[in-house]
Amino acid sequence: MTEAYVYDAVRTPRGKGKADGALHEITPVALSTQVLEAVRDRNELDASMIEDVAFGCVSPVGEQGAVVTRTAVLNAGYPETTSGIQVNRFCASGLEAVNIAAAKVKAGEADMTVGGGVESMSRVPMGSDGGAWPTDPTTAFKTYFVPQGVSADLIATKYGFSRDDVDAYAVESQKRAAKSWKEKRFSKSIMPVKDVIGATVLDHDETVRANTDMQSLGALNPSFTMMGENFGFDAVALQKYAEFEKINHVHHAGNSSGIVDGAAAVLIGNEEAGKKTGLKPRARIRAMASIGSEPTIMLTGPEFAAKKALARAGMEAKDIDLWELNEAFASVVLRFMQSLDIDHSDINVNGGAIAMGHPLGATGAMIFGTMVDELERSGKETALVTLCIGAGMGTATIIERV
Amino acid sequence: MTYEALNIEVDGDGIALVTIDLPGKSMNVWDATLMTEFAKWVDEFVADDNIKGAVITSGKKSGFLAGADLNMLGSGSTGGAAPSTPKEQFEAAFTLNSVLRKLETSGQPAKALLKGEAHAKPVAAAVNGLALGGGLELVLACHHRVVADNPKIQLGVPEVQVGLLPGAGGTQRLPRLAGLQNAAMLATQGRPIDPNTAKGQGIIQEVVPADEVVAKAKEWVKANPKAIQPWDKKGFKFPGGGGAMDPRSAQFFMAANAMAQRETNHNYPAVQAILSCFYEGSIVPFDTAIRIESKYFTKLLSGPTARNMIRTLFINKQAAEKGEQRPDGVPPAELKKIGVLGAGMMGAGIAYVTAKGGAEVVLLDRDLEYAQKGKGYSEKIVEKGVSRGKVSREKGDALLARITPTTDYNDLKDVDLIIEAVFEDPDVKEDVIKKTEAVIGKDVIFASNTSTLPITGLAKHSERPDQFIGIHFFSPVDKMPLVEIIPGDASGDRSLATALDYVRMIKKTPIVVKDTRGFYTNRVVPPYINESMLLVTEGVKPALIENAAKTLGMPVGPLALCDETSQELGLRIATATAKETGQDPSGEPVYQLLKTFVEDLGRKGRKSGGGFYEYPEGGKKKLWAGLSEHYPIAAEQPGLEDVKERLLYAQLIPAAQCFAEGIVSDPQSADLGAIFGWGFAPWTGGPMSHIDTIGVDSFVRKAESLAQKYGARFNPPEKFRDMAKSGDTLYKRAA
Repeated sequence: MTEAYVYDAVRTPRGKGKADGALHEITPVALSTQVLEAVRDRNELDASMIEDVAFGCVSPVGEQGAVVTRTAVLNAGYPETTSGIQVNRFCASGLEAVNIAAAKVKAGEADMTVGGGVESMSRVPMGSDGGAWPTDPTTAFKTYFVPQGVSADLIATKYGFSRDDVDAYAVESQKRAAKSWKEKRFSKSIMPVKDVIGATVLDHDETVRANTDMQSLGALNPSFTMMGENFGFDAVALQKYAEFEKINHVHHAGNSSGIVDGAAAVLIGNEEAGKKTGLKPRARIRAMASIGSEPTIMLTGPEFAAKKALARAGMEAKDIDLWELNEAFASVVLRFMQSLDIDHSDINVNGGAIAMGHPLGATGAMIFGTMVDELERSGKETALVTLCIGAGMGTATIIERV
Repeated sequence: MTYEALNIEVDGDGIALVTIDLPGKSMNVWDATLMTEFAKWVDEFVADDNIKGAVITSGKKSGFLAGADLNMLGSGSTGGAAPSTPKEQFEAAFTLNSVLRKLETSGQPAKALLKGEAHAKPVAAAVNGLALGGGLELVLACHHRVVADNPKIQLGVPEVQVGLLPGAGGTQRLPRLAGLQNAAMLATQGRPIDPNTAKGQGIIQEVVPADEVVAKAKEWVKANPKAIQPWDKKGFKFPGGGGAMDPRSAQFFMAANAMAQRETNHNYPAVQAILSCFYEGSIVPFDTAIRIESKYFTKLLSGPTARNMIRTLFINKQAAEKGEQRPDGVPPAELKKIGVLGAGMMGAGIAYVTAKGGAEVVLLDRDLEYAQKGKGYSEKIVEKGVSRGKVSREKGDALLARITPTTDYNDLKDVDLIIEAVFEDPDVKEDVIKKTEAVIGKDVIFASNTSTLPITGLAKHSERPDQFIGIHFFSPVDKMPLVEIIPGDASGDRSLATALDYVRMIKKTPIVVKDTRGFYTNRVVPPYINESMLLVTEGVKPALIENAAKTLGMPVGPLALCDETSQELGLRIATATAKETGQDPSGEPVYQLLKTFVEDLGRKGRKSGGGFYEYPEGGKKKLWAGLSEHYPIAAEQPGLEDVKERLLYAQLIPAAQCFAEGIVSDPQSADLGAIFGWGFAPWTGGPMSHIDTIGVDSFVRKAESLAQKYGARFNPPEKFRDMAKSGDTLYKRAA
């Protein structure tokens, strides 16, 4: 099969996903447009080479609706011939979009594609697209639906992570993110966001808090106790996980991913496309996988997605040098490390969404780019990128530096 | 056209007053006659241009209309002439929905109403008394609703309590009038509200003095010749938030779905179906919405849960309470004054329920202080009731005035019934029987509330064994709805009849059981609790045991139940039984566990050192963390379904044995006793109903496989093996 290579990866900095966030005045189309422009311009690329663009977006309604990708493609001045598709696999949408872009190359459908994603959570709030799963009694009952926060707390309960465990993980994430920024580890892919008059509105991840410590986190109340105990979600979870007397609520705003705005794009192509454009491949996509698993605990899917991707690549966990798992909640990462016996020093080495935020549709493409950069910086060979996903899914991609 | 169940008077203005008055019935219900006649009248009403509007009221003092005749539904769902295909069942279920829709639209198409091109003739409800289920749904289909000003009038949709949903538009009109939240409370819990609350929620419009309901309703009809329901108007919005796709409604549905699962443990499909009707119905036009409702209704009616719940919780419960097992030809007992012997926990509770039932009580104990303390129990309950506004001060005082504490046997001389609840010691009982019989009238029935001593044996101390019977209450007496009635070998018809009359007076549910050790409920509950303790000794996580019971539908876990009845009592019974049977219990893991708890750990029960749980002062109980030191958690845990099965069959098998041995004479009693005696999962309709539902054959095979895995205690009774072979069922459906 044709190989798919990564030629470039760019992302916006992540802005606080609220009305006072730096990116709140920037439309999601503008965020998407600017990363697409960057891919084209900094590579001095003839955009007609790019045949298709896949972008993840989790709330594709309002100004993120109507295939935001095609809108951004045209707005970025790409030729009419470049098509666009919007992809939704909840939190892994960005990575799934990259995988689709890569798959199109591998399958021989296209020579060069872009995968990426966008989410302006401050402008199109989470849940704006409604959905049947939690609200339609038929599906809520059948799947024992609980909100992700309760699932994350269920993971902590089932796998024995204490409040201290998850807080300590969060403190480390903040430290690593701050250090990475200080050492300019993200500078290769960060593309400052500009406003309509061309002034830079944000050039760094807005939510990093370098001085976070156990004490400051200890002051925060768990976020999902009320929801779990008063609205019945704990009881629902315990109907499936009956071996526990109660759910241990340990997650709060400080050890969960932040709500932010942002966009990312990854340029993918076959060997031929690189030769034609004179671009040097930076990484090769070795395997991709998506899975479904038990939807109530919901967020343990990365383990199975990673194992499936490893199996497809004919690899084992020990063959992976760097792991990147989206920090949706601290317990998700702790469980993943536990299940695959991964050392903390090998995973999320530059911090993650607990410090820098999780712009739902874009995150997968962002952390994919982070791994491309980090493999080059550290001189390591292989990396596995994965995310936990709503309703019990998981997506993983293995890349190799070339 | 003349009607049997309707009385129609048309006045000079062309307003029809429709009075619903089912002949020969004390209460109006939707039965076959009313359904047919009401449908005919609606056709006439719509077709006759001389009739300009209508007021619907009831001719019964007892109320407006009490809903559907459950006997009709119950039989319809179990065969006979019931419609057979799902489509036919749907058409039958949709009948009333379509009649009521015609009533509120005058048969005009929804589109014409929406565009303002047509309107309906005004219809108002004049509600003079309770309107429940289909009764309230009829009211809701009227354009204007006037209810008598009486806080005792119940308005509600209780169908969920027998596993059904309000299937005549209730799931659609209620949320459109009162909002999703209020409607969900009414429909998923089934509890009625009073007229003013209903008015506050927008369900009705007027609350007026009782003698003005018809006049006010008529006034409105005359003043509003062109009527239209809010949901047939353009731009209609649900109160407090749009339909299911409104973000506010999304929040509601998320929480409602979770809370409903918490309350039902996935055992009551009606609750989910009601929420589905709300959800799906709120997205589509009204005419589609009521079809969806009737489809969910059809689904529930053809499933086992509604059939079992209707049969046990409604039909058989009522039959038992009305004296199904009462011997014929015995005149009703006059029970004006009742002697209660022993003012301990049971006696005090019996005194309370008896006084509450309206009789005078002579509460006798050896010591006046004890007797007064016994009355004090009633005082506490009354005080609580008054402070919460549940009972008036006058009524409460009157109740207490009916209880006379005493130590003097002579005070018993003019009682109509004796209920003995003294210490469970044969000698004490004998003494009390003799002293009492020396003073009471020669024809007075003597009932013993023993839970452990055979009635036939006790009756030997009586001079009139034919007037001696057992009436077994459960603790706490004022809360537990079941009473076991135990005729001894010599008990006569009059003792049984009197006992049943008494139970009817105190409004509890009786079952008649045979005079054997433990009677019925105490034969079944101990093996069930033992199974849970055995699981503990096997290293199964206690939370898994408790949650398994709860997901099965038991009100509390068996380990919590064990704490309540106390480990101490458990050990005492186990020791006594061992003595009696001459078997050495020391090899029994459960016996050892009880011994360890009581003798080594000092965990004798909830009230004495805790048990499987610890009970922090003022806090919620939690599983005792130290348990795993004594009973280490096994590395390999059984699945939830396995634990559920063991706990279920630990109840089904002894219940089946009781039926096979004739301790309960019929499946009805076995089911009622289980649900109201120890809280056996009500959604099943009781253990016998459940065995029928899973099939006697499957039950026998499952029991045999459990017996192979876990021991002979799971072996099914021979009678059930025979039934399985012959294809027999407990409730013969054809009958």
